[in-house]
Amino acid sequence: MAKAWRWFHQLGSPKYLFQKTGQWLPWIWGVTLILLAVGLYYSLWASPLEARQGQGHTVRIMYVHVPAAALSMVGYIAMAIAAIVGLVWKMKMAFAVVRSIAPAGAAMTFLALFTGSVWGKPTWGTWWEWDARMTSELLLLFLYLGYIALHSSFSERSKADKASAILAIVGVINIPIIYFSVKWWNTLHQGYSVTQKGALAPEFQVPLFTMLAGMYLLFAALVIMRLRAEIILRNQKSRWVMEWATADTKKVTHD
Amino acid sequence: MISTLLKRELKVARRNWIGLAIPLLFFIIVVSLFPFAVSPEALMLQKLAPGVIWVAALLSMLLSLEQFYRSDYQDGSLEQLLLMSSPTSVAISKIFAHWLLTGLPLVILSPLLGLLMQINYGFEHINHTWVLMLSLMLGTPTLCLLGAVGMSLTLAANRNGLLVSILIIPLYVPVLIFGASTVTASLESLRYNGELAILGAFLMIAIVFAPFASGRALKISVG
Repeated sequence: MAKAWRWFHQLGSPKYLFQKTGQWLPWIWGVTLILLAVGLYYSLWASPLEARQGQGHTVRIMYVHVPAAALSMVGYIAMAIAAIVGLVWKMKMAFAVVRSIAPAGAAMTFLALFTGSVWGKPTWGTWWEWDARMTSELLLLFLYLGYIALHSSFSERSKADKASAILAIVGVINIPIIYFSVKWWNTLHQGYSVTQKGALAPEFQVPLFTMLAGMYLLFAALVIMRLRAEIILRNQKSRWVMEWATADTKKVTHD
Repeated sequence: MISTLLKRELKVARRNWIGLAIPLLFFIIVVSLFPFAVSPEALMLQKLAPGVIWVAALLSMLLSLEQFYRSDYQDGSLEQLLLMSSPTSVAISKIFAHWLLTGLPLVILSPLLGLLMQINYGFEHINHTWVLMLSLMLGTPTLCLLGAVGMSLTLAANRNGLLVSILIIPLYVPVLIFGASTVTASLESLRYNGELAILGAFLMIAIVFAPFASGRALKISVG
């Protein structure tokens, strides 16, 4: 337990976090690329077509849509958890994590909406429907964009961090309320079928779960890359950053 | 403590009553645009009435937020208030004053707008005005509470005005849904107590969380 806490505290040090993430990143990217390559091969070529609803190839959109939609929500919850950690334990690196998740989460939300729209046109016959899940996903996109807008409108970074952390927490309390309100209001989207037993045939499961794992890791890799940039940006004046930056240019000039 | 703070808010507001009348005027003018834009036909207006009145109420609540926070922040009195008492009680007094001076007048004005939007057209014995007033009575305090959080967060931000709207409107959606559907249900001669109960539940949740969050945000903005 004590060891776990020490590790947690060490992650609060920008230098340690920067070095550690630098070591992890190549591995994460490697596994991500392998999983995505396998997942895309299965989902785009080697998986069967959906016969019952007569969708044909459109079913393949699901393999990107479901992971993107899952990540859009998981990303927001992760943001809120990091925001709580930042506000309660006053860990500055937690705020950097919140800020790093936001653009990746917004991108996933947009991807989920876009793929859903492309899938909806041939299947439901419409690009957009004011259905519960789609509407709450759209509002989630607004929440992400609101967070980014708020964070970028302060001149002091510490104020920006704290204020937008509160917004992230308020948003996460509201997500279930928004979701159930719009669900009551209007519903067309199919129910949650991935974890229901027998709802999804095994030949669809293999590509879907590979893509889920691949997209989660892709998300992690994108967040970590953004986080490293944030760490450098926030510690521009500290010595190790100067040394790291000059070491890098030296290496370039030597080559 | 809170009553002293509240008295102060009301006194400041009384000396700037024009500033409070503007959002109300906006409420009336926005609603009266719809007959021009859509059609003056009574049945059509009646159908639009719940949504239009609710959206207009929501926007005029957003407009009036500035007045309760911005000037206090700029002239430094917010800092003094926070030194004097706890941030949560400052937030509570501001939220209550905001509702008393914007939310309640909206509720009182709403029958007039119901009239303009032909809300009782074709109904002999049923009066939908009361339902409209009741839904606004339960919904506007929640709008005040959520708006207070957004406003307190953006006080120290460089750009404002529109920023608050972007942050807060997604959070307003549930209130808007149930507020407008209360009136719609009544217009369709359906029971509407369920919707009213949910509006009440939203209010309870917001009362528990929003003053605290708003107080924290005020402290961050000033500190």
